[in-house]
Amino acid sequence: MGKMHVKLTVNGRAVEALAEPRTLLIHFLRENLDLTGAHIGCETSHCGACTVDLDGKSVKSCTVFVAQANGADIVTIEGIAHADGTLHALQEAFRQHHGLQCGFCTPGMITRAWRLLQENPNPTEEEVRYGISGNLCRCTGYQNIVKAVLAAAHELSAVKEAAE
Amino acid sequence: MIPASFDYHRPASVAEALSLVAKFGDEGRVVAGGHSLIPMMKLRMANPQHLIDLRDVAELKAGIRDDGGTTLIGALVTQAELIADESLARSCPILREAALQIADPQIRNCGTVGGNVANGDPGNDMPAVMMALDARFVVEGPDGTEELPARGFYQAAYFTSLGDNRILTAIRIPHPPTGHGAAYVKQKRKIGDYATAAAAVLLTRTGDRCTFASIALTNVADTPLFAEEASRILVGCTLDAATIDRAVAAAEAITRPSSDGRGPARFRTKVAGQMVRRAIATAKARASG
Ligand SMILES: Cc1cc2nc3c(=O)[nH]c(=O)nc-3n(C[C@H](O)[C@H](O)[C@H](O)COP(=O)(O)OP(=O)(O)OC[C@H]3O[C@@H](n4cnc5c(N)ncnc54)[C@H](O)[C@@H]3O)c2cc1C
Ligand code: FES
Ligand code: FES
Repeated sequence: MGKMHVKLTVNGRAVEALAEPRTLLIHFLRENLDLTGAHIGCETSHCGACTVDLDGKSVKSCTVFVAQANGADIVTIEGIAHADGTLHALQEAFRQHHGLQCGFCTPGMITRAWRLLQENPNPTEEEVRYGISGNLCRCTGYQNIVKAVLAAAHELSAVKEAAE
Repeated sequence: MIPASFDYHRPASVAEALSLVAKFGDEGRVVAGGHSLIPMMKLRMANPQHLIDLRDVAELKAGIRDDGGTTLIGALVTQAELIADESLARSCPILREAALQIADPQIRNCGTVGGNVANGDPGNDMPAVMMALDARFVVEGPDGTEELPARGFYQAAYFTSLGDNRILTAIRIPHPPTGHGAAYVKQKRKIGDYATAAAAVLLTRTGDRCTFASIALTNVADTPLFAEEASRILVGCTLDAATIDRAVAAAEAITRPSSDGRGPARFRTKVAGQMVRRAIATAKARASG
């Protein structure tokens, strides 16, 4: 039961490696690629701290084998800020609205919200709550997270309108 | 939380998948979305030496389509894809209603409808819905293709009539009667939890008189349950309080829940009764007639 050759795109960069098929994607990202943004909270598919984007969908990377992700296009929290280093509207909104306390859930929250706002650019508060229901936060009580996501949605729509 | 080692295979067709299944026998296991199997592998409750990933098998991704008076759903259709299908939501709304109560958005992006019904965990929500809809599971094996009724598929926890050498390719669902009302009502402790108890109800009525009914239950026995007697009690009767009480009692009578973190057995039987009661009321209100 040897290693296999995997090839994926992570944050726009082509990555090739030898890995055991049983390696969980979260371990591969953190240990092989040094992308330690996505966190391991529960390791049992519950908390969402390990959320990444896989082929345009939010997934819990503790419940995907790297073998299954072979060939996939992955975005992690490290790939969300703009190329020049300025923060994405969501990251800025989490900062402005105090959408985090300890910050442990934040990479998963933002990566999930980033996809949610592409699926639904103008969500209601209820849709935001439902959309991030796979992400647990032990600190904030969610109020400010929801506020931040709604503020970012507003900001992104304003930018889009201005561009049109 | 690291599973035992395995070799990974990614067949591109049903024929290739079946030949791997035959070749590896007990040492092989197919994986679809992996959101039941991977957690079990992490706990080492499943230790396949060969993992046969179905994700590239085109025939299983055939989507959701109409096929001679029935709807055919490819085994690899994810719960998220099922939810997104507008025409299915119109023709058979209970499927979307049930899928929205499964796990959370990330898990629904991976979990497949086929995996949900093939898994055999009594906590899975789709099996009872498929029983209520009188769905058939299309399976392919060395002896060809067969269609197995959902109502006879579940033998015990994690034990179904699929067998070790076959795979599920699609689910065939007869169109529910026009004007039907349906509801899937689930009690759970939190988002992403399996049911304490849940009920699927489909019915048609003329005025207050029930002309067709089908009821099934989730997670109150070691298999999903088709509540045949409860369904029969409603048909031909006025949907009044006394009739509904009798149907609820008949549904409660067939439950055999275990006592666990979701509550003692007697409580879960009563929750099942409540779920049936609520699902009947909602289905009745939704039915036109
Ligand atoms: C945190 C969490 C919460 C959840 N909550 C719920 C819930 O509330 N309700 C619910 O119903 N489910 C729930 N699930 C389970 C989830 O919906 C699973 O995705 C689903 O049960 C299985 O689908 P899958 O595609 O992931 O199957 P897999 O995990 O890939 O497979 C499950 C089993 O079915 C077999 N199998 C899969 N596809 C086929 C096929 N085509 N032919 C033959 N055999 C096949 C596999 O060999 C395996 O034994 C939850 C999961 C998690 C992790
Ligand atoms: S670490 Fe993956 S869901 Fe918690
Ligand atoms: S900020 Fe601490 S877990 Fe969310």
